[in-house]
Amino acid sequence: MIARRDRTRQAVPAAARVVPPSGFTARLTLFSAAAMAFLAVFALALSMATGRIADRWSDELARTATVRISAPAVQMAAQTAAVLAVLAATPGVASARALSADEMQLLLGPWFGPDLPLASLPLPQLVEVVEAPAGIDAEGLRLRLAAEAPGAVLDDHARWRRPLVEAAARLRILAMVSLALIAVTTAAMIVLAAQAALAANVQVIRVLRLVGARDQFIARAFVRRFTLRALVGAVAGVATGLVALAFLPAAKAADNLMAEFGFSGAEWLAPLAIPLLAGLVAWGATRAAALAMLRGIR
Amino acid sequence: MGQGRQGRGARVIELQSVAMTYGGGELFADVSLKLAPGSFQFLTGPSGAGKTTLLKLCYGELVPTSGQVHLFGQEVRDMRRNDTARMRRRVGVVHQDCSFLDHLPLAENVALPLTVAGRAADASELAELLAWVGLAPHAQALPPQLSGGERQRAALARAVIMAPDVILADEPTGNVDWEMSLRLLTLLVELNRMGKAVLIATHDLNLIRAAKSQVSARVLRFQNKRLQVAGAEL
Repeated sequence: MIARRDRTRQAVPAAARVVPPSGFTARLTLFSAAAMAFLAVFALALSMATGRIADRWSDELARTATVRISAPAVQMAAQTAAVLAVLAATPGVASARALSADEMQLLLGPWFGPDLPLASLPLPQLVEVVEAPAGIDAEGLRLRLAAEAPGAVLDDHARWRRPLVEAAARLRILAMVSLALIAVTTAAMIVLAAQAALAANVQVIRVLRLVGARDQFIARAFVRRFTLRALVGAVAGVATGLVALAFLPAAKAADNLMAEFGFSGAEWLAPLAIPLLAGLVAWGATRAAALAMLRGIR
Repeated sequence: MGQGRQGRGARVIELQSVAMTYGGGELFADVSLKLAPGSFQFLTGPSGAGKTTLLKLCYGELVPTSGQVHLFGQEVRDMRRNDTARMRRRVGVVHQDCSFLDHLPLAENVALPLTVAGRAADASELAELLAWVGLAPHAQALPPQLSGGERQRAALARAVIMAPDVILADEPTGNVDWEMSLRLLTLLVELNRMGKAVLIATHDLNLIRAAKSQVSARVLRFQNKRLQVAGAEL
Protein backbone atom coordinates (compact mmCIF):
# COMPACT_ATOMS: atom_id res chain seq x y z
CA MET A 1 0.00 0.00 0.00
CA ILE A 2 2.78 2.39 0.99
CA ALA A 3 4.81 1.38 -2.06
CA ARG A 4 1.82 2.12 -4.29
CA ARG A 5 1.36 5.51 -2.61
CA ASP A 6 5.04 6.30 -3.19
CA ARG A 7 4.77 5.33 -6.86
CA THR A 8 1.73 7.58 -7.16
CA ARG A 9 3.66 10.44 -5.58
CA GLN A 10 6.55 9.97 -7.97
CA ALA A 11 4.17 10.00 -10.93
CA VAL A 12 2.65 13.33 -9.90
CA PRO A 13 4.89 16.38 -10.42
CA ALA A 14 6.04 18.17 -7.29
CA ALA A 15 4.14 21.33 -8.16
CA ALA A 16 0.88 19.39 -8.38
CA ARG A 17 1.30 17.67 -5.01
CA VAL A 18 1.65 20.84 -2.98
CA VAL A 19 -2.02 21.70 -3.45
CA PRO A 20 -4.43 19.47 -1.52
CA PRO A 21 -7.07 17.54 -3.43
CA SER A 22 -10.34 19.43 -3.81
CA GLY A 23 -13.40 17.31 -4.48
CA PHE A 24 -16.04 19.95 -5.17
CA THR A 25 -14.16 22.11 -7.66
CA ALA A 26 -12.85 18.97 -9.34
CA ARG A 27 -16.34 17.64 -9.95
CA LEU A 28 -17.63 21.08 -10.96
CA THR A 29 -14.87 21.54 -13.54
CA LEU A 30 -15.26 18.01 -14.91
CA PHE A 31 -19.02 18.40 -15.26
CA SER A 32 -18.81 21.90 -16.79
CA ALA A 33 -16.19 20.83 -19.30
CA ALA A 34 -18.18 17.72 -20.22
CA ALA A 35 -21.43 19.67 -20.65
CA MET A 36 -19.78 22.39 -22.71
CA ALA A 37 -17.97 19.86 -24.90
CA PHE A 38 -21.27 18.02 -25.48
CA LEU A 39 -22.89 21.28 -26.63
CA ALA A 40 -19.83 22.15 -28.70
CA VAL A 41 -20.17 18.88 -30.63
CA PHE A 42 -23.71 19.88 -31.67
CA ALA A 43 -22.71 23.43 -32.52
CA LEU A 44 -19.84 22.09 -34.61
CA ALA A 45 -22.19 19.61 -36.33
CA LEU A 46 -24.60 22.44 -37.09
CA SER A 47 -21.79 24.59 -38.43
CA MET A 48 -20.54 21.85 -40.73
CA ALA A 49 -24.01 20.79 -41.87
CA THR A 50 -25.01 24.33 -42.78
CA GLY A 51 -21.69 24.78 -44.54
CA ARG A 52 -22.30 21.66 -46.60
CA ILE A 53 -25.88 22.69 -47.41
CA ALA A 54 -24.84 26.21 -48.41
CA ASP A 55 -22.09 24.84 -50.63
CA ARG A 56 -24.36 22.28 -52.28
CA TRP A 57 -27.25 24.67 -52.82
CA SER A 58 -24.92 27.23 -54.21
CA ASP A 59 -23.21 24.67 -56.44
CA GLU A 60 -26.35 22.92 -57.69
CA LEU A 61 -28.27 26.10 -58.35
CA ALA A 62 -25.33 27.74 -60.00
CA ARG A 63 -25.05 24.83 -62.44
CA THR A 64 -28.68 24.90 -63.62
CA ALA A 65 -30.92 27.49 -65.25
CA THR A 66 -34.40 27.48 -66.73
CA VAL A 67 -35.74 29.10 -69.88
CA ARG A 68 -39.45 29.86 -69.68
CA ILE A 69 -41.22 30.30 -73.04
CA SER A 70 -44.56 32.08 -73.00
CA ALA A 71 -46.05 32.20 -76.48
CA PRO A 72 -49.34 31.53 -78.28
CA ALA A 73 -49.94 27.80 -78.77
CA VAL A 74 -49.28 28.03 -82.52
CA GLN A 75 -45.83 29.58 -81.95
CA MET A 76 -44.79 27.45 -78.98
CA ALA A 77 -43.09 24.66 -80.94
CA ALA A 78 -41.19 27.10 -83.16
CA GLN A 79 -39.99 29.24 -80.25
CA THR A 80 -38.98 26.12 -78.28
CA ALA A 81 -36.94 24.91 -81.24
CA ALA A 82 -35.35 28.35 -81.59
CA VAL A 83 -34.46 28.43 -77.90
CA LEU A 84 -32.92 24.95 -78.05
CA ALA A 85 -30.92 26.00 -81.11
CA VAL A 86 -29.62 29.12 -79.34
CA LEU A 87 -28.73 27.08 -76.28
CA ALA A 88 -26.93 24.45 -78.36
CA ALA A 89 -24.75 27.18 -79.81
CA THR A 90 -24.11 28.93 -76.46
CA PRO A 91 -20.69 28.35 -74.87
CA GLY A 92 -20.96 27.02 -71.28
CA VAL A 93 -24.17 25.09 -71.83
CA ALA A 94 -23.59 21.40 -71.15
CA SER A 95 -27.09 20.30 -72.11
CA ALA A 96 -30.57 21.71 -72.66
CA ARG A 97 -33.90 19.97 -73.04
CA ALA A 98 -37.58 20.92 -73.04
CA LEU A 99 -39.54 19.40 -70.18
CA SER A 100 -42.19 16.91 -71.26
CA ALA A 101 -45.85 17.20 -70.36
CA ASP A 102 -45.40 14.46 -67.74
CA GLU A 103 -42.52 16.33 -66.10
CA MET A 104 -44.58 19.53 -66.07
CA GLN A 105 -47.40 17.57 -64.46
CA LEU A 106 -45.00 16.35 -61.77
CA LEU A 107 -43.76 19.87 -61.08
CA LEU A 108 -47.23 21.37 -60.79
CA GLY A 109 -48.85 18.39 -59.07
CA PRO A 110 -47.97 19.46 -55.51
CA TRP A 111 -49.85 22.74 -56.05
CA PHE A 112 -52.74 21.83 -58.34
CA GLY A 113 -53.23 18.10 -57.73
CA PRO A 114 -52.65 15.04 -59.95
CA ASP A 115 -55.74 15.62 -62.11
CA LEU A 116 -54.55 18.89 -63.59
CA PRO A 117 -55.79 19.23 -67.21
CA LEU A 118 -52.42 20.36 -68.48
CA ALA A 119 -53.37 20.48 -72.13
CA SER A 120 -56.22 22.94 -71.51
CA LEU A 121 -54.07 25.43 -69.56
CA PRO A 122 -51.95 28.15 -71.18
CA LEU A 123 -48.78 27.01 -69.42
CA PRO A 124 -45.35 28.19 -70.53
CA GLN A 125 -42.89 25.66 -71.89
CA LEU A 126 -39.93 25.09 -69.59
CA VAL A 127 -36.44 24.29 -70.85
CA GLU A 128 -33.91 22.91 -68.37
CA VAL A 129 -30.37 24.13 -68.94
CA VAL A 130 -27.37 22.39 -67.32
CA GLU A 131 -24.27 24.52 -67.32
CA ALA A 132 -20.74 23.36 -67.93
CA PRO A 133 -18.23 24.09 -65.11
CA ALA A 134 -17.15 27.27 -66.96
CA GLY A 135 -20.71 28.64 -66.64
CA ILE A 136 -22.69 30.75 -69.10
CA ASP A 137 -22.78 34.42 -69.89
CA ALA A 138 -26.36 35.03 -68.66
CA GLU A 139 -26.67 38.56 -70.05
CA GLY A 140 -25.40 37.56 -73.51
CA LEU A 141 -27.77 34.58 -73.59
CA ARG A 142 -30.72 36.80 -72.63
CA LEU A 143 -30.00 39.12 -75.55
CA ARG A 144 -29.72 36.23 -78.03
CA LEU A 145 -32.93 34.64 -76.69
CA ALA A 146 -34.79 37.96 -77.01
CA ALA A 147 -33.71 38.16 -80.65
CA GLU A 148 -34.54 34.54 -81.60
CA ALA A 149 -37.51 33.77 -79.33
CA PRO A 150 -39.28 36.89 -77.99
CA GLY A 151 -41.36 34.87 -75.50
CA ALA A 152 -38.32 33.23 -73.83
CA VAL A 153 -37.11 34.37 -70.42
CA LEU A 154 -33.91 33.07 -68.86
CA ASP A 155 -34.03 32.37 -65.11
CA ASP A 156 -30.53 31.61 -63.81
CA HIS A 157 -31.95 31.09 -60.26
CA ALA A 158 -29.84 33.95 -58.90
CA ARG A 159 -32.94 35.69 -57.51
CA TRP A 160 -33.81 32.91 -55.07
CA ARG A 161 -30.42 31.25 -54.84
CA ARG A 162 -28.84 34.21 -53.04
CA PRO A 163 -31.26 34.32 -50.06
CA LEU A 164 -30.97 30.55 -49.61
CA VAL A 165 -27.21 30.61 -49.55
CA GLU A 166 -27.25 33.67 -47.30
CA ALA A 167 -29.61 31.91 -44.89
CA ALA A 168 -27.34 28.88 -44.73
CA ALA A 169 -24.28 31.09 -44.26
CA ARG A 170 -26.01 32.97 -41.43
CA LEU A 171 -26.93 29.72 -39.77
CA ARG A 172 -23.31 28.74 -40.01
CA ILE A 173 -22.21 32.02 -38.42
CA LEU A 174 -24.75 31.38 -35.66
CA ALA A 175 -23.17 27.98 -35.04
CA MET A 176 -19.68 29.54 -34.95
CA VAL A 177 -20.88 32.21 -32.50
CA SER A 178 -22.34 29.39 -30.38
CA LEU A 179 -18.96 27.68 -30.38
CA ALA A 180 -17.27 30.91 -29.32
CA LEU A 181 -19.84 31.45 -26.56
CA ILE A 182 -19.30 27.89 -25.35
CA ALA A 183 -15.54 28.54 -25.20
CA VAL A 184 -16.03 31.82 -23.31
CA THR A 185 -18.53 30.23 -20.91
CA THR A 186 -16.14 27.34 -20.30
CA ALA A 187 -13.37 29.82 -19.55
CA ALA A 188 -15.62 31.78 -17.18
CA MET A 189 -16.68 28.66 -15.31
CA ILE A 190 -13.11 27.46 -15.00
CA VAL A 191 -11.98 30.88 -13.78
CA LEU A 192 -14.70 30.77 -11.09
CA ALA A 193 -13.77 27.24 -10.07
CA ALA A 194 -10.06 28.13 -10.08
CA GLN A 195 -10.71 31.24 -7.99
CA ALA A 196 -12.67 29.15 -5.50
CA ALA A 197 -9.81 26.65 -5.32
CA LEU A 198 -7.25 29.45 -4.96
CA ALA A 199 -9.26 31.14 -2.21
CA ALA A 200 -9.66 27.83 -0.39
CA ASN A 201 -5.90 27.29 -0.56
CA VAL A 202 -4.73 30.79 0.32
CA GLN A 203 -2.93 29.46 3.41
CA VAL A 204 -1.13 26.87 1.28
CA ILE A 205 -0.11 29.64 -1.11
CA ARG A 206 1.21 31.77 1.77
CA VAL A 207 3.33 28.86 3.00
CA LEU A 208 4.66 28.27 -0.49
CA ARG A 209 5.58 31.95 -0.93
CA LEU A 210 7.19 31.94 2.53
CA VAL A 211 9.52 29.08 1.59
CA GLY A 212 10.52 30.74 -1.68
CA ALA A 213 8.09 29.41 -4.29
CA ARG A 214 7.89 31.49 -7.45
CA ASP A 215 4.48 32.45 -8.82
CA GLN A 216 4.97 30.17 -11.80
CA PHE A 217 5.52 27.18 -9.51
CA ILE A 218 2.35 27.86 -7.52
CA ALA A 219 0.28 28.67 -10.62
CA ARG A 220 1.52 25.48 -12.27
CA ALA A 221 -0.03 23.37 -9.50
CA PHE A 222 -3.46 24.82 -10.18
CA VAL A 223 -3.07 25.11 -13.96
CA ARG A 224 -2.10 21.45 -14.32
CA ARG A 225 -5.03 20.33 -12.22
CA PHE A 226 -7.68 22.39 -14.02
CA THR A 227 -6.26 21.70 -17.47
CA LEU A 228 -6.39 17.95 -16.86
CA ARG A 229 -9.91 18.17 -15.48
CA ALA A 230 -11.10 20.20 -18.46
CA LEU A 231 -9.40 17.78 -20.82
CA VAL A 232 -10.91 14.68 -19.20
CA GLY A 233 -14.35 16.31 -18.90
CA ALA A 234 -14.25 17.44 -22.54
CA VAL A 235 -13.24 13.98 -23.75
CA ALA A 236 -16.26 12.53 -21.92
CA GLY A 237 -18.55 15.27 -23.31
CA VAL A 238 -17.31 14.82 -26.88
CA ALA A 239 -17.66 11.04 -26.68
CA THR A 240 -21.23 11.38 -25.42
CA GLY A 241 -22.04 13.97 -28.09
CA LEU A 242 -20.66 11.81 -30.88
CA VAL A 243 -22.63 8.78 -29.69
CA ALA A 244 -25.78 10.92 -29.54
CA LEU A 245 -25.14 12.21 -33.07
CA ALA A 246 -24.44 8.74 -34.42
CA PHE A 247 -27.79 7.52 -33.11
CA LEU A 248 -29.83 10.49 -34.33
CA PRO A 249 -32.76 9.18 -36.42
CA ALA A 250 -31.97 9.65 -40.10
CA ALA A 251 -34.27 12.05 -41.98
CA LYS A 252 -35.27 11.04 -45.49
CA ALA A 253 -35.87 14.33 -47.23
CA ALA A 254 -32.98 15.64 -49.26
CA ASP A 255 -31.80 19.17 -48.51
CA ASN A 256 -33.45 18.91 -45.14
CA LEU A 257 -31.24 20.24 -42.33
CA MET A 258 -32.08 17.20 -40.20
CA ALA A 259 -30.90 14.94 -43.02
CA GLU A 260 -27.60 16.82 -43.17
CA PHE A 261 -27.13 17.35 -39.41
CA GLY A 262 -24.02 15.61 -38.14
CA PHE A 263 -20.59 14.92 -39.55
CA SER A 264 -19.62 13.42 -42.85
CA GLY A 265 -16.42 11.51 -43.62
CA ALA A 266 -13.31 13.20 -42.25
CA GLU A 267 -15.49 15.72 -40.45
CA TRP A 268 -15.89 13.13 -37.68
CA LEU A 269 -12.30 13.96 -36.72
CA ALA A 270 -13.10 17.64 -36.13
CA PRO A 271 -14.68 17.12 -32.65
CA LEU A 272 -11.37 15.64 -31.48
CA ALA A 273 -10.10 19.22 -31.42
CA ILE A 274 -12.69 20.15 -28.76
CA PRO A 275 -10.87 18.52 -25.78
CA LEU A 276 -7.61 20.12 -26.90
CA LEU A 277 -9.30 23.53 -27.13
CA ALA A 278 -10.99 22.95 -23.74
CA GLY A 279 -7.59 22.14 -22.25
CA LEU A 280 -6.10 25.25 -23.84
CA VAL A 281 -8.94 27.43 -22.56
CA ALA A 282 -8.59 25.91 -19.06
CA TRP A 283 -4.83 26.42 -19.14
CA GLY A 284 -5.16 30.09 -20.06
CA ALA A 285 -8.08 30.82 -17.74
CA THR A 286 -6.51 29.13 -14.70
CA ARG A 287 -3.12 30.67 -15.30
CA ALA A 288 -4.63 34.16 -15.57
CA ALA A 289 -6.74 33.63 -12.43
CA ALA A 290 -3.81 32.20 -10.45
CA LEU A 291 -1.34 34.91 -11.40
CA ALA A 292 -3.90 37.66 -10.70
CA MET A 293 -4.58 36.19 -7.27
CA LEU A 294 -0.88 35.68 -6.49
CA ARG A 295 -0.14 39.34 -7.18
CA GLY A 296 -2.08 40.10 -4.00
CA ILE A 297 0.26 37.98 -1.87
CA ARG A 298 3.85 39.16 -1.40
CA MET B 1 23.89 23.00 6.75
CA GLY B 2 27.11 24.63 5.73
CA GLN B 3 28.43 28.11 6.35
CA GLY B 4 26.49 31.13 5.10
CA ARG B 5 27.34 32.46 1.65
CA GLN B 6 27.96 36.00 2.92
CA GLY B 7 31.39 36.81 4.18
CA ARG B 8 31.71 37.97 7.79
CA GLY B 9 31.24 41.69 8.14
CA ALA B 10 28.74 41.85 5.30
CA ARG B 11 25.14 42.67 6.19
CA VAL B 12 22.53 40.28 4.99
CA ILE B 13 19.61 42.40 6.16
CA GLU B 14 19.66 46.11 6.81
CA LEU B 15 16.82 48.44 7.75
CA GLN B 16 17.46 52.19 7.54
CA SER B 17 15.18 54.72 9.25
CA VAL B 18 12.18 52.51 8.64
CA ALA B 19 8.67 53.56 9.65
CA MET B 20 5.45 51.59 9.48
CA THR B 21 1.97 53.03 9.52
CA TYR B 22 -1.21 50.99 9.74
CA GLY B 23 -4.55 52.67 8.98
CA GLY B 24 -3.14 56.13 9.57
CA GLY B 25 -1.60 55.20 12.93
CA GLU B 26 2.14 54.96 13.35
CA LEU B 27 3.32 51.56 14.55
CA PHE B 28 6.99 52.49 14.79
CA ALA B 29 9.37 54.96 13.21
CA ASP B 30 13.05 55.61 12.64
CA VAL B 31 13.97 51.97 13.07
CA SER B 32 17.41 50.95 11.91
CA LEU B 33 18.70 47.41 12.19
CA LYS B 34 21.65 45.50 10.78
CA LEU B 35 21.86 41.74 10.72
CA ALA B 36 25.40 40.57 10.06
CA PRO B 37 26.36 36.95 9.40
CA GLY B 38 26.89 35.04 12.65
CA SER B 39 25.05 37.63 14.76
CA PHE B 40 22.46 36.63 17.34
CA GLN B 41 19.81 39.17 18.25
CA PHE B 42 16.61 39.22 20.20
CA LEU B 43 13.72 41.52 19.44
CA THR B 44 11.44 42.16 22.37
CA GLY B 45 8.73 44.52 23.46
CA PRO B 46 5.09 44.49 24.47
CA SER B 47 2.42 42.80 22.35
CA GLY B 48 1.45 44.98 19.38
CA ALA B 49 4.71 46.91 19.45
CA GLY B 50 5.62 45.74 15.95
CA LYS B 51 7.89 42.72 16.46
CA THR B 52 6.10 40.55 13.90
CA THR B 53 5.86 43.48 11.50
CA LEU B 54 9.59 44.08 11.78
CA LEU B 55 10.29 40.42 11.02
CA LYS B 56 7.97 40.59 8.00
CA LEU B 57 9.97 43.56 6.76
CA CYS B 58 13.08 41.42 7.10
CA TYR B 59 11.84 38.81 4.64
CA GLY B 60 9.98 41.12 2.29
CA GLU B 61 6.41 40.23 3.16
CA LEU B 62 5.84 43.90 3.99
CA VAL B 63 7.25 47.07 2.48
CA PRO B 64 7.92 49.95 4.89
CA THR B 65 5.84 53.10 4.80
CA SER B 66 9.11 55.02 4.70
CA GLY B 67 12.79 54.23 4.99
CA GLN B 68 14.75 51.53 3.24
CA VAL B 69 15.05 47.79 3.65
CA HIS B 70 17.99 46.06 1.99
CA LEU B 71 17.83 42.29 1.76
CA PHE B 72 21.13 40.80 0.61
CA GLY B 73 22.08 44.16 -0.85
CA GLN B 74 18.86 44.71 -2.81
CA GLU B 75 16.29 47.33 -1.85
CA VAL B 76 12.99 45.56 -1.18
CA ARG B 77 11.01 47.98 -3.37
CA ASP B 78 13.24 47.17 -6.33
CA MET B 79 12.66 43.45 -6.00
CA ARG B 80 10.51 41.70 -8.55
CA ARG B 81 8.40 38.83 -7.35
CA ASN B 82 10.91 36.24 -8.51
CA ASP B 83 13.68 38.16 -6.70
CA THR B 84 11.61 37.98 -3.51
CA ALA B 85 11.15 34.22 -3.98
CA ARG B 86 14.89 33.73 -4.50
CA MET B 87 15.72 35.91 -1.48
CA ARG B 88 13.40 33.84 0.73
CA ARG B 89 15.39 30.72 -0.04
CA ARG B 90 18.22 32.44 1.85
CA VAL B 91 16.05 33.34 4.83
CA GLY B 92 14.61 30.68 7.14
CA VAL B 93 11.44 31.82 8.88
CA VAL B 94 9.86 30.19 11.94
CA HIS B 95 6.43 31.47 12.88
CA GLN B 96 4.62 31.06 16.17
CA ASP B 97 1.66 29.46 14.38
CA CYS B 98 3.86 27.28 12.11
CA SER B 99 1.76 26.77 9.00
CA PHE B 100 2.30 23.56 7.08
CA LEU B 101 0.71 21.81 4.14
CA ASP B 102 -1.51 19.53 6.18
CA HIS B 103 -2.01 16.98 3.41
CA LEU B 104 1.70 16.24 3.07
CA PRO B 105 3.75 14.13 5.50
CA LEU B 106 6.20 15.90 7.78
CA ALA B 107 9.24 14.86 5.70
CA GLU B 108 7.76 16.43 2.56
CA ASN B 109 6.84 19.57 4.51
CA VAL B 110 10.37 19.92 5.82
CA ALA B 111 11.72 19.39 2.29
CA LEU B 112 9.25 21.90 0.81
CA PRO B 113 11.81 24.72 0.28
CA LEU B 114 13.90 22.29 -1.79
CA THR B 115 10.83 21.15 -3.72
CA VAL B 116 9.81 24.69 -4.68
CA ALA B 117 13.40 25.42 -5.70
CA GLY B 118 13.25 22.43 -8.06
CA ARG B 119 15.76 20.41 -6.06
CA ALA B 120 15.34 16.87 -4.80
CA ALA B 121 15.83 16.24 -1.11
CA ASP B 122 18.67 13.87 -0.26
CA ALA B 123 17.00 11.15 1.82
CA SER B 124 19.91 10.69 4.21
CA GLU B 125 20.36 14.44 4.75
CA LEU B 126 16.65 14.81 5.35
CA ALA B 127 16.70 11.96 7.84
CA GLU B 128 19.70 13.58 9.55
CA LEU B 129 17.90 16.90 9.76
CA LEU B 130 14.78 15.29 11.22
CA ALA B 131 16.92 13.44 13.73
CA TRP B 132 18.63 16.73 14.65
CA VAL B 133 15.29 18.25 15.64
CA GLY B 134 14.17 14.95 17.23
CA LEU B 135 11.43 14.21 14.72
CA ALA B 136 12.85 11.17 12.88
CA PRO B 137 10.09 8.86 14.18
CA HIS B 138 7.45 11.28 12.85
CA ALA B 139 8.75 11.61 9.29
CA GLN B 140 5.57 10.19 7.75
CA ALA B 141 3.16 11.83 10.21
CA LEU B 142 0.83 14.52 8.94
CA PRO B 143 1.27 17.97 10.55
CA PRO B 144 -2.11 17.91 12.37
CA GLN B 145 -0.90 14.78 14.18
CA LEU B 146 2.03 16.67 15.75
CA SER B 147 2.14 18.46 19.10
CA GLY B 148 2.91 22.18 19.38
CA GLY B 149 6.56 21.56 20.23
CA GLU B 150 6.95 19.08 17.40
CA ARG B 151 5.47 21.58 14.97
CA GLN B 152 7.90 24.26 16.17
CA ARG B 153 10.83 21.93 15.64
CA ALA B 154 9.49 20.90 12.26
CA ALA B 155 9.21 24.58 11.31
CA LEU B 156 12.81 25.07 12.38
CA ALA B 157 13.92 22.08 10.29
CA ARG B 158 12.05 23.49 7.28
CA ALA B 159 13.62 26.90 7.89
CA VAL B 160 17.17 25.57 7.78
CA ILE B 161 16.97 22.90 5.06
CA MET B 162 18.12 25.37 2.37
CA ALA B 163 21.14 26.31 4.51
CA PRO B 164 19.90 29.91 4.75
CA ASP B 165 22.06 32.82 5.77
CA VAL B 166 19.50 34.14 8.24
CA ILE B 167 17.03 32.56 10.66
CA LEU B 168 14.07 34.73 11.65
CA ALA B 169 11.95 33.29 14.45
CA ASP B 170 8.72 34.90 15.60
CA GLU B 171 7.84 33.77 19.13
CA PRO B 172 9.25 30.31 18.41
CA THR B 173 8.59 29.19 22.00
CA GLY B 174 5.15 30.73 22.29
CA ASN B 175 3.24 27.45 22.26
CA VAL B 176 5.64 25.14 24.04
CA ASP B 177 6.67 24.38 27.62
CA TRP B 178 9.91 25.62 29.16
CA GLU B 179 11.80 22.39 28.52
CA MET B 180 10.88 22.51 24.83
CA SER B 181 11.73 26.23 24.74
CA LEU B 182 15.25 25.48 25.92
CA ARG B 183 15.56 22.68 23.36
CA LEU B 184 14.52 25.02 20.55
CA LEU B 185 16.87 27.69 21.84
CA THR B 186 19.74 25.20 21.81
CA LEU B 187 18.98 24.37 18.19
CA LEU B 188 18.99 28.05 17.26
CA VAL B 189 22.27 28.60 19.09
CA GLU B 190 23.75 25.62 17.20
CA LEU B 191 22.67 27.21 13.92
CA ASN B 192 24.24 30.49 14.96
CA ARG B 193 27.51 28.71 15.68
CA MET B 194 27.37 27.44 12.10
CA GLY B 195 27.48 31.07 10.98
CA LYS B 196 23.80 31.84 10.55
CA ALA B 197 22.49 35.24 11.59
CA VAL B 198 19.64 34.69 14.04
CA LEU B 199 16.91 37.16 14.96
CA ILE B 200 14.31 36.01 17.46
CA ALA B 201 11.21 38.05 18.28
CA THR B 202 9.98 37.14 21.75
CA HIS B 203 8.43 38.62 24.84
CA ASP B 204 9.86 35.78 26.96
CA LEU B 205 12.61 37.44 29.01
CA ASN B 206 13.55 34.11 30.62
CA LEU B 207 14.37 32.76 27.18
CA ILE B 208 16.61 35.76 26.52
CA ARG B 209 18.39 35.26 29.85
CA ALA B 210 18.87 31.57 29.08
CA ALA B 211 20.30 32.42 25.66
CA LYS B 212 22.76 34.90 27.11
CA SER B 213 24.37 32.08 29.04
CA GLN B 214 25.05 30.23 25.76
CA VAL B 215 25.72 32.90 23.18
CA SER B 216 26.68 36.53 22.82
CA ALA B 217 23.32 38.02 21.99
CA ARG B 218 22.21 41.57 21.47
CA VAL B 219 18.75 42.49 22.70
CA LEU B 220 16.65 45.10 20.90
CA ARG B 221 13.49 46.40 22.48
CA PHE B 222 10.57 48.34 21.10
CA GLN B 223 9.80 51.24 23.38
CA ASN B 224 7.71 54.28 22.56
CA LYS B 225 7.52 53.28 18.89
CA ARG B 226 11.30 53.23 18.62
CA LEU B 227 13.77 50.35 18.61
CA GLN B 228 16.40 50.57 21.32
CA VAL B 229 19.25 48.38 22.50
CA ALA B 230 18.20 46.92 25.82
CA GLY B 231 20.53 47.38 28.75
CA ALA B 232 21.89 45.14 31.44
CA GLU B 233 18.51 44.90 33.20
CA LEU B 234 17.83 41.83 31.04
